[in-house]
Amino acid sequence: MKIGVLALQGDFAEHIAILHHMEVDTGEVRLPSQLDELDGLIIPGGESTTIGKLATTFDMIEPLRQFSHNRPIWGTCAGAIFLSCGAKRQQPLLNLMDITIERNAFGRQVNSFEIDLIIPALEDPELPFRALFIRAPLIERVGEDVEVLARLPEDSQRAGRVVAAQQGHLLATSFHPELTDDKRFHRYFLSLVKGLEDHDPSLRLA
Amino acid sequence: MEKEVSTLAVKKGLAQMLKGGVIMDVVTPEHARIAEDAGAVAVMALERVPADIRAYGGVARMSDPEIILQIMDTVSIPVMAKCRIGHFVEAQILEALGVDYIDESEVLTPADQAHHINKHEFKVPFVCGCRNLGEALRRIGEGAAMIRTKGEAGTGDVVEAVRHARAVMGEIRRLENMPEDELMTYSKEIGAPYNTVKETKELGCLPVVNFAAGGIATPADAAMMMQLGVDGVFVGSGIFKSGDPPRRAVAIVEATTHYNDPEILAKISRGLGEPMVGIGISELPEGEHLAERGW
Repeated sequence: MKIGVLALQGDFAEHIAILHHMEVDTGEVRLPSQLDELDGLIIPGGESTTIGKLATTFDMIEPLRQFSHNRPIWGTCAGAIFLSCGAKRQQPLLNLMDITIERNAFGRQVNSFEIDLIIPALEDPELPFRALFIRAPLIERVGEDVEVLARLPEDSQRAGRVVAAQQGHLLATSFHPELTDDKRFHRYFLSLVKGLEDHDPSLRLA
Repeated sequence: MEKEVSTLAVKKGLAQMLKGGVIMDVVTPEHARIAEDAGAVAVMALERVPADIRAYGGVARMSDPEIILQIMDTVSIPVMAKCRIGHFVEAQILEALGVDYIDESEVLTPADQAHHINKHEFKVPFVCGCRNLGEALRRIGEGAAMIRTKGEAGTGDVVEAVRHARAVMGEIRRLENMPEDELMTYSKEIGAPYNTVKETKELGCLPVVNFAAGGIATPADAAMMMQLGVDGVFVGSGIFKSGDPPRRAVAIVEATTHYNDPEILAKISRGLGEPMVGIGISELPEGEHLAERGW
């Protein structure tokens, strides 16, 4: 199994370090040809406007859409914005997930925070997941085919709002599992990659 | 655990999101728009770019909050602003305005010739300049959540940026090979807190994100700094003192992403118009080296 991390801009090295730690083969992706032979892709945190512009300039938009047809993609923060079909602002988006995003939903950096989330889809679901929200977006609307994986706890600002969602083999999180030591979300993504392969090996291009 | 704001992880986290990107100095909302359109990951709001600070002389201070607020209203990317070294009230004002990062910067005239700001006291994260490992770790000890090598701002000459980046990287390589029992004396020699020295040795890199700054004027300059191992670049006068700022800004952003691909670098370096004229570092009179400010 080989997982690519989109390396146009952002904290791609943090994702790669976690995958290495899990003994998963990885590759940095900056050009369309680097998508070949990958079984899944992570779009990291960063500035979504920067990532979108660079993806447009270097002709990555269509290849990424093609890639998503039969291989999992997970976007964290800026990556989630990039996967969405709307962010209330003119910026290049992949339009792959039927979700719309509210960018900088909590305000500026002084309002960034960390909080415990309960995420039933993960292993040891009763164990809280410490989630970092950095100038974070919220998933404002989810379409019919989208499953909500996590919401903000009841007593918090913007309580009950969606911060993690899944549509088939596409995943979006407003927070950054790559900035903590908790590898459960990465393992969850790898299980999607593996599940897809087991389900239909002919889907594999590699 | 409860919700927590302004933890070190949250402060360092924003800098991690900026990695692989370009932070551009801007003096007007129009500049900020050009920077965002070019793909900057953040802007640094300033009253004058460093080249003009040199030209005008006098005391350089924090920008007028009015300009900073206008820039914050114009762009969706993070907005940073500079305060003078040691001027903790300028920093309090910037925090009250809601800027995303404060640069305690040698480009402005220092307000304290012995002490930097106690950055632990603030909710907003700080970036600080350094010329070597000791200076970087002193700033981290004071609470900086991001470091930039200083270079020599407002010159368009990359030589000092290279010197400072190589100094930090070289010292970290030495530290990695140093036996544990020499760490205390080494900490004393470089004037850095023992615990951060130890942490740096264990990590094999600075415990916070490290960008390059001071003299980057071309896509090639940006790519060279990235190949030397920094996490991203600040470009000050290099963009808005050049002949065609929008094109140069885009090219520097692209070069920072594709820093390891000479064919792409060759393509994006073509036809960018006049670079900033610049001042060779050897032509700078004694006492006008901004990098020497900071203690």
